[in-house]
Amino acid sequence: MSALRFLWGVARTPRGAVSAAVLVLVILCALFAPWLAPYDYAIQNLPGANTSPNAAHWMGTDEFGRDLMSRIIHGARTSLSVAITAIGISVVAGMTLGAMAGYFGGIFDRVVTAVVDLTWSFPEILIALLLIAIIGTGTESIIIAIAIAYLAQFTRLTRAQVMALRSETYVEATVNLGAGHAHVIFRHLLPNAITPVIVAGMLATGDAIILEATLGFFGLGAQPPTPSWGAMMSSGTAQIFIAPWIILFPGAAIAVTVIAINLFGDALIDALDIRNRLREV
Amino acid sequence: MTPLVSLKGLTRDFASGSGFLKPRRVMRAVDDVTLDIPRGSVTGVVGESGCGKSTLGRLVLRLLAATSGSVTYDGADIGSLPPAALRAMRRNMQMVFQDPYSAIDPRYTIGRAVMEPYQVQRIAVLDPKARLAELMAMVGLNPGLAASYPHQLSGGQKQRVGIARALALNPAFLVLDEPTASLDVSIQAQIIGLLEGLQRDLGLTYLFISHDLSLVRYFCDRVVVMYLGRVVEVLPQARATPRHPYARALMNSHFEPDPARRKTVQMLRGVIPSPFNLPPGCAFAARCPAATALCQTDRPALVTGTDGHQIACHHPQG
Repeated sequence: MSALRFLWGVARTPRGAVSAAVLVLVILCALFAPWLAPYDYAIQNLPGANTSPNAAHWMGTDEFGRDLMSRIIHGARTSLSVAITAIGISVVAGMTLGAMAGYFGGIFDRVVTAVVDLTWSFPEILIALLLIAIIGTGTESIIIAIAIAYLAQFTRLTRAQVMALRSETYVEATVNLGAGHAHVIFRHLLPNAITPVIVAGMLATGDAIILEATLGFFGLGAQPPTPSWGAMMSSGTAQIFIAPWIILFPGAAIAVTVIAINLFGDALIDALDIRNRLREV
Repeated sequence: MTPLVSLKGLTRDFASGSGFLKPRRVMRAVDDVTLDIPRGSVTGVVGESGCGKSTLGRLVLRLLAATSGSVTYDGADIGSLPPAALRAMRRNMQMVFQDPYSAIDPRYTIGRAVMEPYQVQRIAVLDPKARLAELMAMVGLNPGLAASYPHQLSGGQKQRVGIARALALNPAFLVLDEPTASLDVSIQAQIIGLLEGLQRDLGLTYLFISHDLSLVRYFCDRVVVMYLGRVVEVLPQARATPRHPYARALMNSHFEPDPARRKTVQMLRGVIPSPFNLPPGCAFAARCPAATALCQTDRPALVTGTDGHQIACHHPQG
């Protein structure tokens, strides 16, 4: 398939190779956490609490004596699944809303644009916090909150693409063949609009990992004992002077993952030559 | 014989700028056009850019809805057709677009683009490969190009793809919206030759929209001259001498390749009135060398002469 071959091409540039290697590692951790983690992430060992990194525990143990590396490997699963699910929902919903608003226009477009512009003017974290205050905490809640927080971005981007494409002659030509709205939207407009939206979605996944960690840091995300990078950092704050590795390693995991996603996204943008289409919003 | 397509009082307004504290302005792009298009004929529509000829083509195919008036195809009023019937009706009437560069989806291969009409109309083709090769051969394209993408083709080849797409559903009527305007002169001649051959072999009826009067006079059976949304003259034969001062000026502006035969071009003076604010009289009065006080106040009606020559002018020439 040409998309896979294209990704392979991007992964062979220096920037793409480094970031792709990190991303593959994080994704493997997330997929195979139970097999890769040396210990059970939930087993407590209070006498061995706050042990510094050593041969048995490469990243040390936390305040309950749990193996930090096992928790970080399992945390990758939490972070990635929340971020990817949330952004996935957001991209699908945003593309649907944006395509309909851009294609049909009229009053529907005005309402969508007004709501989207309103949410666009607040930082994502504020929207997410507001939504969690309404719907409550937990993994499902933060997925919904993150999905809605990023909805404006994908709606605006898709709407701008669709409005630009709608006046192309091939759209009129297809209508002239007798095509209905569904054919025009799904066979012509969305396939031509999808590339920048997918790349924006990938970049937003990095932001969503940070947002998930932030919400986890506040104790609003996955509930204990499920490991989440943000919650691990939060508990690490209390031990920052006696066991700084508890906050350092999850923080490094977040930073490395997000930097890798941004680098890879950047390499994709350059390879696809779509920087100005992303700026269109 | 009944005409294949018949336009009656066809009118289309465009509204612009209904914004905050901004009055809505209405522009009449096509104004009260009545026209019969006989079966198997080639009817040319000429006029300068902005005269409403492309809008007329879109109204005829109902790519745009008329503000008032009707379009009848083979006895059926296409303005009142329900969506499903209109979709079926589109098999009979197709369009070739001006800009072949944007008329094909850049993500579609040529083969997929040419076969898209069957997908849209949900027509099962027994042997799609053979039909594709047949359509491509019909418009003079190498069937080997079927797997190519539009950006790999030349402008002339893309226009051939546009014609193949238009022919796929076996229509009887084609609107050709300046099909050669964005092509090189040498390619123009090839495309016109192709369209001529197809018209003859398949017995098609054409509405040929162009700004090039000499091309229209070469290619068409009759010529409709439009000015600011109105029909000002209909020549029953393409070779007939125009009598409307605007049609004469248009014919005069034609570039003569032979320097020995060049005449001094009579330049039109005066301003084109704003389509948002047409004068009460003849729309051409401000630029017309023959205009009188009558032309400023009374709009001339389109009058049919004995030979079928129609003209809307108080002071026809010649």
